[in-house]
Amino acid sequence: MPDDAAAWPSPMVPRIARVRRRFPEGPKVWTLEIEEDGGAGMSFAPGQFNMLSVFGVGEIPVSMSGDASDASCIVHTIRAVGPVSAALAGLESGDILGVRGPFGMGWPMAEAEGHDVVIVAGGLGLAPLRPALYHLLCRRSCFGKAVLLYGARSPEDILFRHELDTWAREQIIDAVVTVDHARSSWNGHAGAVTTLIPRAGFDPKRAIALVCGPEVMMRFAITALRSAGVSAQAIYLSMERNMKCAAGLCGRCQFGPVLVCRDGPVFRFDSLRSLLAIKEL
Amino acid sequence: MTMGQPATITPEGLQALIDALRQRGYRVVGPSVRDQAIIYSDIGSIEELPRGWTDEQDAGRYRLKRRADNALFGYAPGPHSWKKYLHPPVQRLWRMESGQGRVQIVPELVEAERYAFIGVRACELHAIAIQDRVFLGGAYGDPHYRARREGAFIVAVNCGTAGGTCFCVSMNTGPEVTGGFDLALTEILVEGQSLFVVETGTGEGQAVLAGLPSRPASQAELSAAQDIIAHTAASMGRVMQADGLPDLLMRNLEHPRWDQAASRCLTCANCTMVCPTCFCTTVEDSSSLEGGEASRARRWDSCFTMDFSYIHGGSVRSSAKSRYRQWMTHKLATWYDQFGTSGCVGCGRCITWCPVGIDITEEAAAIRDSERIKVDDHGGP
Amino acid sequence: MEGLERIIKEHPFFAGLPGEFCQLICGCAKNARFEAGQYLFHEGEPANEFYLLREGRVALQLQDPGRGAVIFQTLGPGEIVGVSWLIPPYRWTYEAKALETVRAIAMNAFCLRQKCEADHDLGYDMMKRFMPVLIERLQATRLQILDVYGAHA
Repeated sequence: MPDDAAAWPSPMVPRIARVRRRFPEGPKVWTLEIEEDGGAGMSFAPGQFNMLSVFGVGEIPVSMSGDASDASCIVHTIRAVGPVSAALAGLESGDILGVRGPFGMGWPMAEAEGHDVVIVAGGLGLAPLRPALYHLLCRRSCFGKAVLLYGARSPEDILFRHELDTWAREQIIDAVVTVDHARSSWNGHAGAVTTLIPRAGFDPKRAIALVCGPEVMMRFAITALRSAGVSAQAIYLSMERNMKCAAGLCGRCQFGPVLVCRDGPVFRFDSLRSLLAIKEL
Repeated sequence: MTMGQPATITPEGLQALIDALRQRGYRVVGPSVRDQAIIYSDIGSIEELPRGWTDEQDAGRYRLKRRADNALFGYAPGPHSWKKYLHPPVQRLWRMESGQGRVQIVPELVEAERYAFIGVRACELHAIAIQDRVFLGGAYGDPHYRARREGAFIVAVNCGTAGGTCFCVSMNTGPEVTGGFDLALTEILVEGQSLFVVETGTGEGQAVLAGLPSRPASQAELSAAQDIIAHTAASMGRVMQADGLPDLLMRNLEHPRWDQAASRCLTCANCTMVCPTCFCTTVEDSSSLEGGEASRARRWDSCFTMDFSYIHGGSVRSSAKSRYRQWMTHKLATWYDQFGTSGCVGCGRCITWCPVGIDITEEAAAIRDSERIKVDDHGGP
Repeated sequence: MEGLERIIKEHPFFAGLPGEFCQLICGCAKNARFEAGQYLFHEGEPANEFYLLREGRVALQLQDPGRGAVIFQTLGPGEIVGVSWLIPPYRWTYEAKALETVRAIAMNAFCLRQKCEADHDLGYDMMKRFMPVLIERLQATRLQILDVYGAHA
């Protein structure tokens, strides 16, 4: 079958890309701007992810954190927590890496038009939401009120701080950042991100909520959104599970009836509601 | 699904079939006795088939046993399944070469090897169809699987013996082969001598059969073949009540029975290795010592390992209970959501090869019975 | 007094407060103002007041030798500062510092405790207002304790 082998490429084979620029975002967190060899751009939807490889080390899923309207440059924000993420975060300008993607179902940007948009992010969970924020800013008039509620561990851990400041200053969106704890030099908010939800001042009846962060934080945030009057059908969350293939072929990212890589990573809350409460699913 | 009139061939005709398939360029694999089990390996002669052997199977138990006759296919499925050929335990995916400032990824060639499988059972045909949906039915596919699958010639066999852990009748997957084969045999014994009634499923099967010494099957042979299948269907070692199974399990995810199974389960992954539909894999990277080359291989993996569900910080399924529940609910329930079919074909391998004899049919029945008791408690006078 | 009554009635914490309770409470209230950097109270001091914030933000913090002050919560207009006055031994277990100019209503804790003892209907109304705040802060604290954004997550 050599003829249609080309027409049926393995989804497991990466393409070669190079790091164009790398810059620090916080403790152990780096943003990589990469471009594929041959200059082929990559179009993706906010919320999708790539599989990134360091040759000889391994491969992990990483969400796009850049602007989807700029296909020439792929941006990923990575925290060095394991061998592969540490190797990725350590790549310098000009270094090569492998890229497969984009994969997965992203944020419901089209459905959100005409609605208030409440974005609740925790920790590194802001990275997969940044493309959604860029999209929102680019088509600002298509959306109602736009609120970003972002919880970080400490002031040093706040991602994309410069951009957050700019957006807040220019009053394009209501961006509120809170930290779990801070030294006394911190003049911003402290406390859990969930406490910002009742005070955020959006219309729960016309809001769509996009939630991304550690699973516990998402559960608490969803409870707070529901208490504020947001319906289960209007809440979207991005799930994380172990992934090896991203193409629905390796079985590892199962979460009950869904394959996170194929059916997600973004899910509408009501489709997962009964599963999120189950331990070790 | 059958084409033309059934034929009858002798064991010599079966040898001629093996020879013909080899001549056509197939790598012929079939059952053989090795290490006190009936396994699948390359065969060139009917002398390598498990003539006169059968097996005793029960939860956690497998023993070879002599038959009173010289049947070639008088056994139930053993520890191997055809997935070891179609979805091999290790598959290299690509390698990266670098030198003179150039780096390139070389995808692993899609293997041209064409297999002929001899002795594929009805449950195994269903298992292959299930893996087809996994590897070929979605937005992305596996070209290696596709090439082997499309190149394969399948000689099925209707089961003349039900194993002690078989429950294909419950799962509606056997014992009669109904499709998905090139040729299908039913072994009948006439005065201690094996004969094979051959049905044809494809044009290629028909062409191969045309080159074999055969004669049209007699009415007596056809009814003997039907009797054998009916007898096998009536002697299943296990029963699984399959109706409403997905909902039953999914509404009992916190059932105490999972703890009981987990208290015995060694999380050894045997069930997943012998299962003909389990397809989960991991990937492994390696690099040459000087660093100029790297490659990635895919390897069978199991939901019973801790690594399987690892996300930074720890495993999602750290308890044996959650891993057993994952495996069983995937087989019997969530497989429908993911791929539109059951993930279980009732072959019984997971029961036989479980070192502590955990029985999937018993576990499902226990959960079902517990609901019945509950209803009785409330509904009683 | 009328000004205070209106302010208390309009404060989100006392939303829907019956008029007779409002009058009782007002007898315990007074205006308070803190400049940025000024402390509302320190750890270990008697909890003689709690505050209804009207303007400006307040940081709740603990002193940790070697790290200095660690802020664990900030509160703003519409929220309350201080629940230690409710339960013996009526002492602050953290310190509160104004991050900006803060205008607040300070409620005298002795006065309010006495009135709650004398009129359990008032006491029950107060409990129903304080309990959700306590629960919300407890839940938020759990999230913070889990350190979900830390190296583990």
